[in-house]
Amino acid sequence: MTAAVGNPTPLRDAAAKVTGRALYAGDYSFPALLHVKFLRSPHAHAEIRGLDIAAARQAPGVRAIAVGRDLPVTFGILPIRPDETAMAVDKVRYIGEIVAAVAAETAEAAAAAARLIRVEYRPLRAFLEPAAALAPCPPEERIHAASRHPSNLHKEARLRFGDPEAALAGSPLRVAAHFRFAGVTHAFTEPHATVAVWNADDTLTVISATQVPHYLHRTLAKVLGLPLHRIQVKKPALGGGFGGKSDPFPHELITAYLALRTHRPVKCVFTREEVFLNNRGRHPTEMDLALGCDRDGKLTGLFADIVIDGGAYSSFGVVTTYYNGVLMQGPYRIEPFGFRARRVYTNKPPCGAMRGHGAVNPRYAVEVALDMLAQEAGLDPCELRERNVLPADTLTVGQLRITSNGVRECLRAVRARSGWDARHGKLPYGRGLGVACGFFISGSALPILWNRYPQTVVHVKLDFDGRVVVFSGAADIGQGSDTILALVAAEILGLPLERVQVESADTRLTPVDLGSYSSRVTFMAGNACRSAAEKLRQAIAAAVAAEKGVAAAAIVFRDGQLVTADGQRLASWDEAVEIALAGRGAFVESGHYTSPKMGGDFKGAGAGLSPAYSFGAVVSEVAVDPVTGRVRVVKVWGAHDCGRALNPLAVEGQMQGSIHMGLGQALSEELVYQEGRIVNASFADYHIPTAVDTPEMDVTIVESRDREGPFGAKEAGEGPIHPVLPAIGNAIFDAVGVRLFELPMTPARVLAKLREQERRRG
Amino acid sequence: MVQLKLTINGFGREVLVQAHETLLFTLRERLALTGTKPGCEQGACGSCTVLLDGRPVLACLTASVRCGGKDIVTIEGVEQNGELHPVQRQLVAKGAIQCGYCTPGIVMTALAFLRENRRPGENDIRAALAGNVCRCTGYAKIVEAVRAAAEEMAR
Ligand code: FES
Ligand code: FES
Repeated sequence: MTAAVGNPTPLRDAAAKVTGRALYAGDYSFPALLHVKFLRSPHAHAEIRGLDIAAARQAPGVRAIAVGRDLPVTFGILPIRPDETAMAVDKVRYIGEIVAAVAAETAEAAAAAARLIRVEYRPLRAFLEPAAALAPCPPEERIHAASRHPSNLHKEARLRFGDPEAALAGSPLRVAAHFRFAGVTHAFTEPHATVAVWNADDTLTVISATQVPHYLHRTLAKVLGLPLHRIQVKKPALGGGFGGKSDPFPHELITAYLALRTHRPVKCVFTREEVFLNNRGRHPTEMDLALGCDRDGKLTGLFADIVIDGGAYSSFGVVTTYYNGVLMQGPYRIEPFGFRARRVYTNKPPCGAMRGHGAVNPRYAVEVALDMLAQEAGLDPCELRERNVLPADTLTVGQLRITSNGVRECLRAVRARSGWDARHGKLPYGRGLGVACGFFISGSALPILWNRYPQTVVHVKLDFDGRVVVFSGAADIGQGSDTILALVAAEILGLPLERVQVESADTRLTPVDLGSYSSRVTFMAGNACRSAAEKLRQAIAAAVAAEKGVAAAAIVFRDGQLVTADGQRLASWDEAVEIALAGRGAFVESGHYTSPKMGGDFKGAGAGLSPAYSFGAVVSEVAVDPVTGRVRVVKVWGAHDCGRALNPLAVEGQMQGSIHMGLGQALSEELVYQEGRIVNASFADYHIPTAVDTPEMDVTIVESRDREGPFGAKEAGEGPIHPVLPAIGNAIFDAVGVRLFELPMTPARVLAKLREQERRRG
Repeated sequence: MVQLKLTINGFGREVLVQAHETLLFTLRERLALTGTKPGCEQGACGSCTVLLDGRPVLACLTASVRCGGKDIVTIEGVEQNGELHPVQRQLVAKGAIQCGYCTPGIVMTALAFLRENRRPGENDIRAALAGNVCRCTGYAKIVEAVRAAAEEMAR
């Protein structure tokens, strides 16, 4: 039998992509297309006193100009605090914020006209650092005057279970450190692009590089004042997201608005610099962390105080704030446990969700602290971790429900494969090994919007042609979700993969999926697809059973055939289709998924809840040059428990991509600001590891077979990143004996630590 | 405007271009060859790589007016008789394509590289790809695919 699930499968659209046929948003063109260019704020914080578009309107080729007052309705990805507008209305809040937009016959004409727009600004006090922004100030000085707080605080989240401070004070061993993390950004290769078409039937089609067609659909309706049923959002081929395309964005709303106003197709393509200005990357973070254990290495408590620098708008910030705290409560048993996390508005491009959302920086802190404890306790770092990992089928201190859990297998795999026991602590000076673990959600159990709909719906259609078409709103952003859905349907129906086709992410054709964020798609859409395909299988089985006089339950679907349990052929797939469709025609079966109810009943109990968690471990080997401070990662061993690898090729790819991205944040990536301006807003100056910088990787897939995941599957797209950064930091300690509490671990920072070490040793 | 004769994927075309126009713009906006991707338009990502008289160049940094009479191959011209080139076939088979936005540039870079390097080692391949940013794959499967393509082509 040729199973579909579990086979290493190239992504369905790979051939289209490798030949240049795949169309990304920026590749679309339509007759009479207009192009949009933006005027952006040169001020970090300023009142708009006047806006003169007269000269721009007269410029050649200009067809429409939009300004803040044209689209004043506020929006945001989270309904709790919609604080964005499509363009700045009364004031600008960061350098690069869109103030006006021009639609013209060519991109060049639009850009030229945008330069003719005159804006009179009155600069306001700019808040560029969280510490200054946290100080109380009068409402008129604040970035958001409507804030409930007396400062620029956006969100404060606190949770505590037991008395962590007291436990830590009495703990036999205890470490505490202050950590700093620079902001980093997704740096997907495809710049944002959107094309909007106003159709002859008074409907709007928006083709956009988005991870969240559904939220964009809703936001377009809200901001443009159009009914939902007249809007179609389509996600074409998409060149990477990693969270950076998971907000509804100003440029998408403006492009759609200009199409509506001109009744012409309108296209917007960002420059790379604009992508940096749009940001939504990982928050610059400062964190105090204290962690304790007893002499046997059993953890005695954790407390963390965290400040994240949100930039000018809220975006996913409330979620990020909570995740920074709650996602420290695994993969170890840590009790008592507490944190305070604060997100602060500053006059910088907004931060948001990025791969490993909210948990990457605190994971670094926890895993480095664990290493320090291991040293104090005289325990091997792997051993200390093994003594504390959570079991399967348990609740964490904050009542996150853990089902399957392969963390121990992951740890053992990287320990064995890296030759840890023979090499850790024993390599020559300058060489070292470090270890870390991690875990992550497979989708948020609580949806962003409170309504009575399921979190995802999948339709499966079968007609006379014998093909099965899966309709899903899930957004394939390069991670391969279309392929996963095809694998699931093919597996259930016993079909070769080429019999299954997927229509996805078109809000006119496909039922709602909430989007590609929080690692939810394989788990949630996969389950919905499975359920829809099972209904179809039952319907076919019932029809064939009646026709052939066998019991429906005894019919097996495999290799494109229907057979009895003892292998006797009943019908080919095409024959079965004809039997099933006789007198009734095509089937459309529907499946859906909603997370089960779970979690505690305290405020904040929903944060971090997921129907399943992935687990992982990484060992990395580094070579540190004590003269230059340069760190070279020699090799990385990663293991990830994704429940079951529906497509092992894709799981490996996610693990390798995560290792690469983690390596970048660990060693070289950093958004550098001067007076609120990103000064390295280009690929030349923002240092993504190249093929030469990226080390050999050894990846191991661990399959714990989650009982609620589709065929046992959990997430694989984000969880693999968390252990990467601390494994590098811990390896540096093994190599040269210094602890890095500040990321990225640049040669200058490593060197400074080595000098300090020298001084201390005298 | 300047009139140019360009041979693109084996076919000669007359195009009118502006004096300052990049080859990337000419290919995408005037000739609808959208397989060549703009990633940075500053010469820092490699996604716009095409072959100019057989040599890889960054289309975003190449002035179209300097391409008159030259032979240009873009990703659309790599397949032969409807068959994927071994580099393309191996990138697909090894799972080296995720979002695929870097892929056309990787294919063009690898094509030129393998023409000069019949038995490349892993480090040579990595060095050859150092100008091509891929944010999805961590390069592992890309390197594997290029090596497999080299082996396939040597057979
Ligand atoms: S677009 Fe040409 S190098 Fe990036
Ligand atoms: S596959 Fe996405 S950038 Fe390379």
